[in-house]
Amino acid sequence: MAEYKWPAMAERSWIGKRVSRLDGPQKSGGRAKYGSDMNPAQLLHGAILTSPYAHAKINSIDTSAAKASPGVTAVITIEDAGKEIQWEGTIIAAVAAETEAQARDAARKIKVDWQVLPHLVQDDDLGKAGSRAKPAGEKIQGDPDAAKTGAAFRMSGEYGIPVLTHCCLEPHGQVIQWKGDEIVSWSSTQSVSNYAGDLGGQIEVPATAIKVHQDHIGGGFGSKFQSDQWGAFCAQLSKQSGGRPVKFFLDRNVELMIAGNRPSHYAKITLGADNAGKITLWESDSWSSGGFAGGNIPPIPYVFTKIANQRLSHNAVSTNNGPQRAWRAPNHPQASYLTCAAIDDLAAKMGKDPLEVFLANFDLTARGDAYTRQLKKAAKLIDWAGNWKGRGKNRQGHIAHGLGIGVATWGGAGHDSRATARIHPDGTVELECGTQDLGTGTRTIMTQVAAETLGLPMDAIRLKIGENAYPPSGASGGSTTAGGVSSSTRIATTDVLNLLFEQLSSSLDNTPAANLEARNGRIQVKGNPAKGMSWREACRKLASPIEALGHNNPRNPRGLNTGGAAGVQVAKVSVDTETGVVTLDKIVAVQDCGLILNPKTAESQVYGAMIMSVCGALYEERIVDELTGRMLNADMEFYKLAGAPDIGEMVVEMEIDPENDARGVIGLGEPPVISGIAAIGNAVANAIGVRVPMVPLTPRRVLDAMNGNGRIS
Amino acid sequence: MEAFAYANPTSLKEAIASLGTNWDDAAILAGGTDLITLMKQYVYSPKKVVNIKGIKELKGIERTGDGGFRIGAAVTIDELLKNRILGEEFPALRMAAKGITSPQMRHMGTVGGDLCQRPRCWYFRNGFGLLALKDGKSLVADGENQYHAILGHNGKAFFVSASSFGPALVACGAKLKIASPSGEREVSAEDFFRIPASETEREVDLKPNEILTEILLPVSRGTISSTYEVRQREVFDWPLATASVMLRMSGGKVSEARIALGHVAPKPWRATAAEQALKGQTINEETAGKAGEAAVAGAQPLSQNGYKVQLAKTAVKRALLAAKA
Ligand SMILES: Cc1cc2nc3c(=O)[nH]c(=O)nc-3n(C[C@H](O)[C@H](O)[C@H](O)COP(=O)(O)OP(=O)(O)OC[C@H]3O[C@@H](n4cnc5c(N)ncnc54)[C@H](O)[C@@H]3O)c2cc1C
Repeated sequence: MAEYKWPAMAERSWIGKRVSRLDGPQKSGGRAKYGSDMNPAQLLHGAILTSPYAHAKINSIDTSAAKASPGVTAVITIEDAGKEIQWEGTIIAAVAAETEAQARDAARKIKVDWQVLPHLVQDDDLGKAGSRAKPAGEKIQGDPDAAKTGAAFRMSGEYGIPVLTHCCLEPHGQVIQWKGDEIVSWSSTQSVSNYAGDLGGQIEVPATAIKVHQDHIGGGFGSKFQSDQWGAFCAQLSKQSGGRPVKFFLDRNVELMIAGNRPSHYAKITLGADNAGKITLWESDSWSSGGFAGGNIPPIPYVFTKIANQRLSHNAVSTNNGPQRAWRAPNHPQASYLTCAAIDDLAAKMGKDPLEVFLANFDLTARGDAYTRQLKKAAKLIDWAGNWKGRGKNRQGHIAHGLGIGVATWGGAGHDSRATARIHPDGTVELECGTQDLGTGTRTIMTQVAAETLGLPMDAIRLKIGENAYPPSGASGGSTTAGGVSSSTRIATTDVLNLLFEQLSSSLDNTPAANLEARNGRIQVKGNPAKGMSWREACRKLASPIEALGHNNPRNPRGLNTGGAAGVQVAKVSVDTETGVVTLDKIVAVQDCGLILNPKTAESQVYGAMIMSVCGALYEERIVDELTGRMLNADMEFYKLAGAPDIGEMVVEMEIDPENDARGVIGLGEPPVISGIAAIGNAVANAIGVRVPMVPLTPRRVLDAMNGNGRIS
Repeated sequence: MEAFAYANPTSLKEAIASLGTNWDDAAILAGGTDLITLMKQYVYSPKKVVNIKGIKELKGIERTGDGGFRIGAAVTIDELLKNRILGEEFPALRMAAKGITSPQMRHMGTVGGDLCQRPRCWYFRNGFGLLALKDGKSLVADGENQYHAILGHNGKAFFVSASSFGPALVACGAKLKIASPSGEREVSAEDFFRIPASETEREVDLKPNEILTEILLPVSRGTISSTYEVRQREVFDWPLATASVMLRMSGGKVSEARIALGHVAPKPWRATAAEQALKGQTINEETAGKAGEAAVAGAQPLSQNGYKVQLAKTAVKRALLAAKA
């Protein structure tokens, strides 16, 4: 049985090296092709009609004018008369036409007779939700009543974090051609291997008839696992248009309304602590909404799960908004914010430095040692000791400075992944895998692992991903990809190398395969590098290509990957107390994630996540209007994201050490996106002296809080 | 967008002749950064689009005979920013232009287009009309109004004038030249902006067949000026409140002050009480602060925008202190 374990840290030539992303030049040079760049011959364009109402019934639909509109090749109704729709942006009908303009014109000619019904779109006031709020979770642990009366310190606060959208730079969509009994799709998906089955299920076509391609994706963040209704109607439009390919991508406004969002979370929290500052009580009344289906209870108390006495109750609020989808670390950023803000407020109530309070309570977490070590490192990197002053006590003129802490946890073990490694007699190497590179560096780390195993330079590996013809590999979600594909690659390349060794044995004095090694472009006898031959020479001895299929089975990852990442972020902010404008000065992330395959791409991942946290903490929120039921900022003008000058200094400290390395690979998609909002929110409270209960921390909310009017809305 | 006819005149006369008497007949296209968006979102669908970028008379920045400046309406924001002398003489204008941080916007957008751009009110942009009326009642008053007006709304027009140049030109005492079928007319920048009383009125003093041709700035000697904008983000974004100030100083004291607030009212808002308060004063934290207070004394904030009172006050104070510095 072959040995798959990762080579020792000191013996690695590619793994653990700061290799730049292989597709970086292609992307920055504009040569990378996305689904929306595909323009196959005879291309048609799709357009849709959506509901302008948050809640309404369709009395009738008339598509005759659209059908007669110039250039139109097909019209499909997606919702029919009698249907009650539950959110603005619901797709009612779709058309295909020769040009995009013709398709849009035709879609506008579809006449819908609506019966408008009452709606609820805002979720910040549980009192107003009435029967739309449903109990969705209760928990009692220990003796919360006794803990409450016995607590030396008690803190009660309200906290809110609104709905965000995924706001993918590349909207959802695809180009699809359904010709005869074959379908070809160029889609924007986080799941190349599962896409065909999902689409086939929708349109009753066998998965085997569907070819899926995707070279690059412009963001998904958890919102692009399915082929979606637009995949299905795009295919239907193609079929009805005589098999001509159809391109359909959502417009920005519909993208923000219906293509996924991160649910809101609100909570009234009471914490109790003993004289020593140890937290003894957690009480929370929380509610959340991710649209019509309501919203689940967040994992609170977050990280500090071992608080002895707890009482939780949660309500799910059903609103007339587009449905939630997984958003990087589902529910974790919200839970981290609610929990860390409450702990920070408890520290203020006790008159203590929150750093001490967090440190004093890390034994209430599953990985106390890791958090203790990480928070101490982070504190040093931001010079907490030199910069921290009590709440509202660090002012220079009208500028207030503050520091804050957030913590995170995530799983991140590798998903089910298969990869085939193939060696050709001419010495070339192919690695095929039905995975996708979300822009995170998947191509790069797979190539590093293959090159490492085969003792070759990275450019000797021809990596092929992004097609469902390749061996199936899991969807990229939940930070499972790095562990999955690095392991399947390691296994495939180890096995194919063994096949090569076996065939070479006779040419090397019958040295058993186990005694051969591949290093520096040579196959040689272990301990006797002189005895061997070049890679090319070795491969020339093959009569035909050899290949091996590597499989990462999540139930037996063979020590190659594991789950369980811990991270701490601390932020330093300046607040203009006359305008309420918050500036992020610096944010530090200390993060473990097992064996780090590539520190450079790992750090980039953390940078990106911290930028998302800046957006969530300071700028980003969906604004829906109760009067009209409409999302008023379904654009990138008032749906605000941070720009380059808004981000501040970012410091990333990946924990690379033998202890973490020995755990194997852990994914890094979610862990760093969790704790930044909490850290920034706490830093602002530290700066201005009061809690701003609701993020994002806009000038309005900051000034309102400073004037004693802080509230969760 | 809806289909439209296209005219590409090369002279002012030709351009005026191709415009119509209703707003729906024809629209003037300068940089298009606002117009095209409105058309794509079906907020405004003119039957014809008249491109004015090919008209020589609308270009260039020059000294006028009396020592002021003439800025052609089709001058881009970038061109304006590159004119060093203009910027030195009118810091209020330069600072306003600098606030438009997007390079794309600076290169495509024109000064005339900036002054005539439509409000960014999200009810207007989502198709609820300029005054966002529903059953005769404004949606804004009871709706999402955190970015809306705190001054001059008269219970009807709650949007804020979007132009950054507007307040700067009002403060600097600029005049605007307008060409119409019957000839030319001149209006002060202050009078150019109006608060519409009905859906069909515009926010500026233009008829559908008139073209803003140039901006005339007076002699700057003896004046100091500046603009301060409160912005949440550094990257391209709309200001939350701005103030442009121009001061005539004599012996270290203010002899004349002109102050206009931006993004707080349906038009650039002249703060006459603040101007009065400054007369005969030196500029310092205290007098600047008091002028800020005076500027917002009549503010009538809505349910969500009380914070803008504080922002406007701060903008005035900081603009005054910056002008003096
Ligand atoms: C995200 C974003 C942020 C922005 N931030 C700011 C900001 O901070 N401050 C600011 O001031 N602006 C800002 N802008 C707006 C930008 O400056 C304007 O869109 C631009 O100046 C308009 O100029 P234009 O030449 O493209 O106008 P166009 O789009 O061509 O025209 C705008 C309007 O003016 C009319 N018009 C144009 N020229 C004339 C003329 N000569 N005579 C009569 N009517 C005319 C048109 O018919 C149209 O109604 C921002 C825009 C965006 C999208």
